[in-house]
Amino acid sequence: MQLERRAEPSRALLVAAPFVAVVFTLLVSSLLVAWAGAPVGRAYALLLEGGFGSRFALTETLTRATPLMLTGLAAAVAFRARLFNIGAEGQLYLGALAAVAVGGLTGGTGLDVSPWLLMPAMLIAAMLAGALLLLGPALLKSRFGVDEVVTTLLANFIVLLFVSAMLDGPMKDPSAMGWPQSVALQDALQFDKLIERSRVHTGLLLALALAVGLWALLRFTTLGFEIRAVGANPRAAAFAGMAVTGTMVKVALLSGALAGLAGAVEVAGRTGYVTLDMSPGYGYGGIVIAMLAGLNPLAVVAAAVFVGGIQVGADSMSRAVAVPTYIADVIVAVALLAMLVATLLAQYRLRLTPRARSA
Amino acid sequence: MTVLRLEGISKRFGALQANDGISLELARGEVLALLGENGAGKSTLVSILFGHYVADAGQIEAFGRVLPPGDTRAALNAGIGMVHQHFTLADNLSVLDNVMLGTEPLWRPVSGRTAARTRLLATAAKFGLGVNPDARVGDLSVGERQRVEILKALVRGARVLILDEPTAVLTPQESESLFATLGQLVAEGLSVIFISHKLDEVLRVSHRIAVLRAGRLVATLPASGATKAQLAGLMVGREVAPATRVARPRGEIVCELRNAGVAAADRRDARPLLDGVNLAVHAGEVVAVAGVSGNGQQALAEVLCGLRTLSAGSLHVAGQTLAATPRAFIAAGVARVPEDRHAVGAIGDLAVWENAVLERYRSPAFARAGVVRRDAAQAHARRLVERFDVRGVEASGLGAPARRLSGGNLQKLILGRALLGDPGATQAPRLIVADQPTWGLDVGAVAYVHQQLFDACAAGAAVLLISEDLDEIFALADRIAVMHQGRLGAARPAAAWTLGEIGLAMTGHAGHAGEWESANAA
Amino acid sequence: MGTAWLDQIASLPFWIAVLRIATPLILGTLGVLLCERAGVLNLGIEGIMVAGAFAGWLAVYQGGGLWTGVIAAALAGAAFGALHAVLTVLLGLSQHVAGLGITLLATSLASFAYRVSFPKVDSPPTIEPFAPMSALPLPVLNAQTPLTLLALLLVPLLAWVLYRTPLGLALRMVGENPAAAEGQGLSVARLRSGAVVAGSALMGVAGAFLTLSAFNAFYFNMVNGRGWVCVALVVFASWRPGKALLGALLFGFFDALQLRLQEGALVPYQFYLMLPYLMAIVALVVVARRAAYPQALMKPFRKGER
Repeated sequence: MQLERRAEPSRALLVAAPFVAVVFTLLVSSLLVAWAGAPVGRAYALLLEGGFGSRFALTETLTRATPLMLTGLAAAVAFRARLFNIGAEGQLYLGALAAVAVGGLTGGTGLDVSPWLLMPAMLIAAMLAGALLLLGPALLKSRFGVDEVVTTLLANFIVLLFVSAMLDGPMKDPSAMGWPQSVALQDALQFDKLIERSRVHTGLLLALALAVGLWALLRFTTLGFEIRAVGANPRAAAFAGMAVTGTMVKVALLSGALAGLAGAVEVAGRTGYVTLDMSPGYGYGGIVIAMLAGLNPLAVVAAAVFVGGIQVGADSMSRAVAVPTYIADVIVAVALLAMLVATLLAQYRLRLTPRARSA
Repeated sequence: MTVLRLEGISKRFGALQANDGISLELARGEVLALLGENGAGKSTLVSILFGHYVADAGQIEAFGRVLPPGDTRAALNAGIGMVHQHFTLADNLSVLDNVMLGTEPLWRPVSGRTAARTRLLATAAKFGLGVNPDARVGDLSVGERQRVEILKALVRGARVLILDEPTAVLTPQESESLFATLGQLVAEGLSVIFISHKLDEVLRVSHRIAVLRAGRLVATLPASGATKAQLAGLMVGREVAPATRVARPRGEIVCELRNAGVAAADRRDARPLLDGVNLAVHAGEVVAVAGVSGNGQQALAEVLCGLRTLSAGSLHVAGQTLAATPRAFIAAGVARVPEDRHAVGAIGDLAVWENAVLERYRSPAFARAGVVRRDAAQAHARRLVERFDVRGVEASGLGAPARRLSGGNLQKLILGRALLGDPGATQAPRLIVADQPTWGLDVGAVAYVHQQLFDACAAGAAVLLISEDLDEIFALADRIAVMHQGRLGAARPAAAWTLGEIGLAMTGHAGHAGEWESANAA
Repeated sequence: MGTAWLDQIASLPFWIAVLRIATPLILGTLGVLLCERAGVLNLGIEGIMVAGAFAGWLAVYQGGGLWTGVIAAALAGAAFGALHAVLTVLLGLSQHVAGLGITLLATSLASFAYRVSFPKVDSPPTIEPFAPMSALPLPVLNAQTPLTLLALLLVPLLAWVLYRTPLGLALRMVGENPAAAEGQGLSVARLRSGAVVAGSALMGVAGAFLTLSAFNAFYFNMVNGRGWVCVALVVFASWRPGKALLGALLFGFFDALQLRLQEGALVPYQFYLMLPYLMAIVALVVVARRAAYPQALMKPFRKGER
């Protein structure tokens, strides 16, 4: 069996790829549902309903999708430049911590400044925290060729430990009865609800705006051009006079900032304070979402809603039927791999060649 | 006695018919030359023979037995060996390791290194190919590496040896050595398929010549009695006029290297990459740097393209020192054509128009306030494509990925990008640095590129050509300098060089010792 | 704090802990090493270790012997390895993405399977793990379980295979110059796939060590980044089995040390927990500058592509 590149990638297959992937995914996960002993049809109905089937479901999905959009954008811009930022999880937590540091210390006053100033300051602090965290691994990669996948991954563990230490110590909320959580943000800094009686907050608008902005950046600006060029072929980009390291640095700052912002948005919009479990893997989820979206910022929005819906739906389904919530992650993982294979097969043809044994 | 029979071999890659119904026979003790220009299908044919590709149609018989298609192991067992154009050797491993690979059953608990070593040395002695089994392949010269490639096949008992463009990387003397080896192989009863596009060699070495053109076998004829003109006609099949030149007196110095040196990066006591290089190129002249690859040409090209800083000496372009950045060089009017068009010259995933403005996208003509001016850029790309005859864009458009262009068209795009500058440019490029500009191109594309270089020269540019193709060098150059182990000999007029002298210089045996020191005379 | 930690290092229990902590790292690093020597980066290790931990534990819980559990873990690892090989070797997908996808898949599948098998348990059900090999006359070693001995023996074995056998030469060649292997009649696809499957089996066994030896039950988050540490250690080890052992022991040293330093310390315990991860990063940076990567690492080999 061999792969052979098609002369022209089939447009039809390219468009059909995501759908084929989703169908395949549903087939595979229905096996798991059956194994758990639940009726497959009903389980999927519950999943869809729980994720998208009611006002409550949709708002929950959108709430879930908001940080995913931001981490998805973070991964998309980084991966475009071939900077494999796997550290979004840590950048998110550090951003959340920075947000609370600016907006919530000493019993909620922190700095005695008007919220109009404090709000942007808080967001900028979060972005800075995320950006600086990714800058280290990015520089190590461009200067010394150290693989950023491992450094960003290990950094996640380090950051989480750091956050834990902060939550036990300087940033602990004294009124939380021993439970490790941080002081809360002042009320004025918390995001308004977008839709009444739901948890959807203005952070969603911010995420959508950033998605459009990132898309425009990549498509229309010289920086976007540089990012795409450096990601596609750094040697040729360097030959043509592009500053490869400089571009990597900009990408790292941008990507880290987006992930850090995700942390701030979660704190300001959903929780109000930082806890160790405030992110059920949003950072890693963002990577999967970026891949599902083909690294396209606008598609990231759709993919985030999809993944968010699946996760919310699975939670709801598992309460009604005895299917563990982990099926959500299985669905996402299978969808990712299926999507990659489907997209590849749109560009390459699989041929059975008569090969005798060798070796 | 026929040792090899190919019948009706056809192979298609996408839209390209690489081989079309080729039938050939090879006799015992015969040297068959496979002649054709680049892209004619020679490498494809032997790759099919060796089992790297599977033919769409046709069959191969070796020593009377049908060869299973796509099975390299079967080909090896049938006695077919191949010396690839790009050596298939692992630099980090030893000669013995490379030769032993695949010769023993994989599941043997211990490798029989001593026996293999004895066998290797015996074979090497038998065919007069001296080699050190424990040397690290990465440390060997190109000629030595080729010897290892040949030994790999001979140790496995090859009776048919395929050599794919073997002299492309050798000096004239090393080529002679290779021809002698071929004679010995034939004396031992081996048969050889010798692929080349060089007519002189083919006439010298082979018994019979098979000419391929656009995937078809157009003629088979005995070598004795054939003439170069006849072969060229068969190869190309159409009139391709060689590039013509308008004579022009040369102007002032445009590019000058004085005592230029570049230190080696990794090992402290290793030889410097460039050592005391002196070279001056004048407006309106073509200066060629000849040499076997790996003698410092890469470092020289990088310095001249603005990719590398000198660790000693100086470089002046139009009288100024430039920062060692591509941007500075581009702004100073240096047009650069890199050696590797796919890996360095263009970005395959980006659109054709994006590649066209890759060097100048930041100029006011193409960008305003950080936003790319698409219309202006695409208009410029269209102009480039038309002026420089870049084909393959009509159907898919300027927005299609550059990856789709053929090698020749990609090279024309890169050449056009370098020569055309941007709409605001008031002058033609001052200096053109062309590194292996016609490697792997067909005769038509080669002639086109050469003509562009001549035209630019006539318009007053200085051209520095780095090439391993002596035919190209003699066709283009006014003056020739030879590079060896980081040192550049004096550039003498082309007429003053003989093939033998150049060959000697390429291996470091300069006849005129005094010329190494003096700055550029003549 | 003072010199208390020096006393700690001098004691036998410390070194017993070092070797115990190092064992899954030895196995995992050897697994990654095998894959990378053949030219494939296998980022599925974190998930494969979880899957191996679960599969091994489940086999024992359901009545199988401990070594049956080990084999089950190896098979689970091999299965995910086969998936990785299909995606990266046959289809040539990005090795980074395929690996991360497999980590997610393997982890979630294992967690799902655990929850389906044990829906309502408050404390994880336990098994009887491997007993220490007290019969051995060697100190430190006789407090370890047979899996540690297996890991230690695998180091010279893998070194032998890589450097002294035709198979090892073929594997190394496939990671340096796949075209050379094809030119000698070897199948790059088969060699790479074999290496990935075998390496992943080792990763599965590394995970099984956690449930069958170090602990006696399956916890979520029990691998906790050890897979990634193995990936860093391979670079530190310059892709050599002997140095891989050294790297794993070094990491074990730091990990055991931070546990002991915590007692009566002034700095919050989290900072000690960070030490091993920091050490891994530092090791990676120090070595990466001079790293002699297998030249074909992460480059998919597509035969016949023009």
